[in-house]
Amino acid sequence: MIVLLDLCYRPGSLGEDEFVRPIADIVRNGRYPYKICHFTEWDSAAEDDVDAVILCGTPLKDNLFAEMPEYFAWIPGFTKPVLGICAGMQALVLAYGGSIIEKSEIGMTTVRTLVSGDPIFCENEWAAYELHRFCGVLGREFMVLAESDACVQAVRHRTDRVYGVIFHPEVRNPWVVERFLNLFVSDGRTC
Amino acid sequence: MKLGVLFSGGKDSVYATYRAMQKEEVSCLISIVSENCESYMFHTPNIHLTSLQAEAMDIPILEYTTQGIEEAELVDLKHAISCAVEQYGIEGIVTGAVLSVYQATRIQKICDSLDLWCYNPLWHIDQDQYMQCLIDEGFEVLVSGVFSAPFDETWLGRRIDDEALRLLRIYAAKYGITLTGEGGELETLVTDAPFFVKKIVVLESESVYANYNGRYIVLRAEVVEK
Repeated sequence: MIVLLDLCYRPGSLGEDEFVRPIADIVRNGRYPYKICHFTEWDSAAEDDVDAVILCGTPLKDNLFAEMPEYFAWIPGFTKPVLGICAGMQALVLAYGGSIIEKSEIGMTTVRTLVSGDPIFCENEWAAYELHRFCGVLGREFMVLAESDACVQAVRHRTDRVYGVIFHPEVRNPWVVERFLNLFVSDGRTC
Repeated sequence: MKLGVLFSGGKDSVYATYRAMQKEEVSCLISIVSENCESYMFHTPNIHLTSLQAEAMDIPILEYTTQGIEEAELVDLKHAISCAVEQYGIEGIVTGAVLSVYQATRIQKICDSLDLWCYNPLWHIDQDQYMQCLIDEGFEVLVSGVFSAPFDETWLGRRIDDEALRLLRIYAAKYGITLTGEGGELETLVTDAPFFVKKIVVLESESVYANYNGRYIVLRAEVVEK
């Protein structure tokens, strides 16, 4: 079961239509079972057999999740793969003791890979859709995989199966979600 | 949360209004009337009917005219949204954007500069399911403009029903059009929907068509009880 964590300010908000449903479509097209869960309801979702978790994005002004880090304290001890998208990446960074700072990007941006050999981010560069006001200030436990002129775009935890992207892969880069699931849930590799 | 919907009267902005009303408070519609029928940003066919649609929906409307000059029309849009903030106290904007990064990012930037929320509830929606949903839920969607092959004159004023959607699916496979018309292949007008308090009846219309380009122009219409 893939859990799609909705980070919007309340369960069932309009933001779910925009930031969770498109991710759910990618997961469903890959024929993975999934369920959508609000971040405040993680404890009940975790009772099921969870194969991976995707933390989804939020609208620009929707930053309540960042004021409630206690709801993400489970992440560092979680043994299953996690992918954080935009707000989801910010939540990951906060959960591991990092911080977030104001750094806005809206629209298409060129993203460049900084490391070789990562099974998900194996292109040299790509165009990505950005919609964020904040980005993460990372601790040493994260490796920077890709960046834009403005900020860090993709990270990987050095030991845990945890990835984060600040751009929105559902708009132009669904391969990020597809490869993450193929890599960790089906044990397949696409590169 | 009080929201204003960027409203063109086509299916996408009407359905976005419907979704927004299910989850938040829609305080007003905002219609940008472009004097440039080739506007990059704004839907133009039958834009003069949005006030009738607002009456049918029982939602206030703010109409704002722009010359439709590229980039300058964004200044007009920002001004219109600012007016809606002042008049209706809206805290955010809803759009019917489906795939257009061009439209979505420009509106996001305006909202960001005005410290407003911005919602695109149809963003990257499954187009086939969406079109079927409009039919199944009783939206009366008429084709108000065609701008691509293979649409002939018979499409002007035609209701999007199961048979029309069957043909659109064939056209999408054969000619590469987008089912929703997101690529500018067609424009629509909504005359009734499940949440409309009243509905619109077209009394007089005319069609203008040549070389796969045509418009269904409503000359007279009225709001009637359902």
